[in-house]
Amino acid sequence: MIRQSRLSGLPESNPTRAEGLLSDMHLDLPLLTGLILLCGFGLLVLYSASGQDVAQIERQLVRMALGFTSMVILAQAPPASLRRWSPWLFGASILLLLAVLVAGKMGKGAQRWLDLGFFRFQPSELTKLAVPMVVAWFLAEKALPPQWKRLLIAGLMILIPVLLIAKQPDLGTSLLVASAGIFVLFLAGLSWRFIGGMILVAIPSAWALWEWGMRDYQRNRVLTFLNPESDPLGTGYHIIQSKIAIGSGGLYGKGWLNGTQSHLEFLPERTTDFIFAVIAEEHGFFGILVLLSLYLFIIMRGLFIAAQAQDTYGRLLGGALILVFFVYLFVNTGMVSGILPVVGVPLPLVSYWGTSIVTIMAGFGILMSIHTHRKLLPT
Amino acid sequence: MADKRRQKRAEQALKSEQRAMPRYRVRRWVLLALLAASSVVLVARAVDRQIFETDFLQHEGQRRHLRVVEMPAYRGMITDRQGEPLAISTPVDSVWANPRVLSPDAKTLMPLAKILGKDVDELRRLLAERSNRAFVYLERRVNPDLAAAVDELDTKGVELQREYRRYYPAGEVFAHVIGFTGVDDVGQEGLELAYEEWLKGTNGKKMVIRDGRARAVKDVENIQKPMPGNNLTLSLDRRLQFLAYRELKAAVKHNKAKSGSAVILDARTNEVLAMVNQPAYNPNGSKRGKAGRFRNRAVTDVFEPGSTMKPLTIAAALETGRYKPDTVIDTTPGYYRVGRHQVKDYRNYGVIDVSTVILKSSNVGVSKIALDMPKEDLYSFFSKLGFGDPTSTGFPGESGGQLTPPQRWAKIDQATLSFGYGLSVTPLQLARAYSVLAADGVKRQLSLIKRDKIPDGERVMRASTAKAVRKMMEAVVSSEGTAPAAAVPGYRVAGKTGTAKKSISGGYADDRYLAVFAGIVPASDPRLVMVVMIDEPSAGKYYGGQVAAPVFSKVMTGALRLLNIPPDDLPEESVRLASLGGEK
Repeated sequence: MIRQSRLSGLPESNPTRAEGLLSDMHLDLPLLTGLILLCGFGLLVLYSASGQDVAQIERQLVRMALGFTSMVILAQAPPASLRRWSPWLFGASILLLLAVLVAGKMGKGAQRWLDLGFFRFQPSELTKLAVPMVVAWFLAEKALPPQWKRLLIAGLMILIPVLLIAKQPDLGTSLLVASAGIFVLFLAGLSWRFIGGMILVAIPSAWALWEWGMRDYQRNRVLTFLNPESDPLGTGYHIIQSKIAIGSGGLYGKGWLNGTQSHLEFLPERTTDFIFAVIAEEHGFFGILVLLSLYLFIIMRGLFIAAQAQDTYGRLLGGALILVFFVYLFVNTGMVSGILPVVGVPLPLVSYWGTSIVTIMAGFGILMSIHTHRKLLPT
Repeated sequence: MADKRRQKRAEQALKSEQRAMPRYRVRRWVLLALLAASSVVLVARAVDRQIFETDFLQHEGQRRHLRVVEMPAYRGMITDRQGEPLAISTPVDSVWANPRVLSPDAKTLMPLAKILGKDVDELRRLLAERSNRAFVYLERRVNPDLAAAVDELDTKGVELQREYRRYYPAGEVFAHVIGFTGVDDVGQEGLELAYEEWLKGTNGKKMVIRDGRARAVKDVENIQKPMPGNNLTLSLDRRLQFLAYRELKAAVKHNKAKSGSAVILDARTNEVLAMVNQPAYNPNGSKRGKAGRFRNRAVTDVFEPGSTMKPLTIAAALETGRYKPDTVIDTTPGYYRVGRHQVKDYRNYGVIDVSTVILKSSNVGVSKIALDMPKEDLYSFFSKLGFGDPTSTGFPGESGGQLTPPQRWAKIDQATLSFGYGLSVTPLQLARAYSVLAADGVKRQLSLIKRDKIPDGERVMRASTAKAVRKMMEAVVSSEGTAPAAAVPGYRVAGKTGTAKKSISGGYADDRYLAVFAGIVPASDPRLVMVVMIDEPSAGKYYGGQVAAPVFSKVMTGALRLLNIPPDDLPEESVRLASLGGEK
């Protein structure tokens, strides 16, 4: 429509009309703008990181198109319908996870994929949406804050899929799924006493496990996990190379397509887990600031949408989804810059990591649905 | 009304929903604080890495991808005097591996082993030996097609390195003179060794960018250009060398000899024009086999020169002024006693003049003349001719021969010395001594390297003496002499045969001989000096005149024609015709 008005020679397109069109399509303009900018930036970085591999860019574009499509479709569904579907979706994803365990194909050394003949499918990705949905659905049934008994049941709803995914084993995804569920619990009003209690129990029991429950090799494994640089030829190799890549970017970076660490194949996994290091090397500190600002803008808009939600379900789910997005960002960048241990989590919407793009965009579709299906209060 | 009620119900529902949805103000602030805190941590980390540590980390990065690599320098070429290449360096590739990167499993090594013609176990052993290093050669200097195959295989951890390989187009013909280089392109034998400093280049250095797989991606800067080595132009003539080699090889084979050497000198400049030996080896092939094949016998091996010494003894006698070519000496009855020893001739020559002593090679005659001279005079004359003194060619492993000082000579030593026993020489030394006769009494330094001009020499004898001796030596090649087989049609040849009994422990062998011929041609205006030495001919003939002289004749016939040297022994008529023909 905007294009049409331009073609017909009208001066500037009418923003109110565009806004009107977007809200007709149940889309949120600020969120959409942020996402498009992020994806565009991601494609530029991927072009450089992949060594100017056009085929890889094409595949990433296809995924992004799939992601935007699912976002638009989910945005059309009113939150009430989503809420009704939640338990069914959850049930289905549990069944699929079990199916993976039984008949899963080996992919990258772990059982994650389910071959449906025409395409391969990763049920754990579905869980990233299904778990917060079902917990939000369950807790929104009764008044908040939830009672202890309901909390316990919600906890089981989180724990079962998390354990199934961890068994694949896929530590990164199980971490994200767990955090999605826990965020719902937190937003629903998990009591501070309970949180404090958990911390108080966790620290001494971790210490006890370290002291008496582990053998030496297991302790070593934990130590290298926590401090990869102690193993420079193994896990530490990734971290050292990415540290060099980030550091040698300096303030302004070496310029697009000019990163040496990344282009000379020193940096491993440079199109997937470690793409943040490529950005840091080529675009420097300012590039990182721009990228982080873009992410923070999207996150703030998401939090705003969640806060504006008119029902408990929408607020819990929306808040959890956007917080998980933040967890993606923090775990990935934290891992690449050596703050956190190495866990396979992509840089959201930038990493060359197929299914996650679709899931993340679907999550934004749900957020948009929550925002655009509000009932306007009569004044 | 109904509308109003419905609206009121909706408002109530919304309100109750909001009641059931506590706002959790603290929780929101906690969340936002966590978000802000983790963003601050990320940015702080970036500041730390990208602003404070950036120099160090950039340096670390460069340490990983910038490397100084050597650029091999081209080793100088060796050519003959006409510029024909005799040793050239061609670029080849060596295959090396990084044992830390190359995976030792059979699937990776199998295709590699197949190309290199090695065992998988052998490769694995190589890698295991150097497992703590980052470099091991798998195969040096492979053929270009092998290198291409390895490159195509693109095995991780296996790379090619450009090097130069020495190639010797003339093969075994020049093998002894030129020698060869080792696997690191350093001279091992012969002139390759002697002129190592001159021939070798200085490797260059350049900075390259290498990728994570250690292959050079891009040149950054040249730190130092590779300096190619200098070329070396030998005095040797490829055509003469081939000719001499062919004839020597044929003679050694025909006479079933143990070994043989031949040397040709340019009589005017004293440059070595040819130097060949048997047995030989192929310098391009594997260097295995008997070590003896590698010796350049013409300079490393000594022998007793036998009768080829006689013209030099006579020259010494003529220098005293007390002897002339027609001075008469009584050799009857063909033998005489010197102390407890007996000096014998082949047969009784009776009373003969000095010329005939040479012609018939009379031991009795020449030793009587020698004993008539003070031994110091004889010694100083011989040492001025270069006996006991290495030539100045600087050839590795050269032997200086032996000439005992006169203080230790018994009478018999002085006698036998005159006919070539009791001293030892190399073929090159003998050729040098004869070159003095050829150059009218002037001794010049020998050279294996091409000369621009004739060097100054040192007069060893009067020109008239040299000419007189040459004149006497011409008779040797006549039908009455010992070496008619050395004659060269159209040219006057001055020469002398030698047939020395080989010394063994405790005396001389009766059945092992050394056949020598030393000659000068054209005798009227000497241009070439040649010494042929054949060790232990065992096919029946063993006289120098039978075994060595024909080699001289054949080689010189060809050499004189190749060098376009005008004949000096043609009937008047044909000389005129020949010069007419030349003018056409």
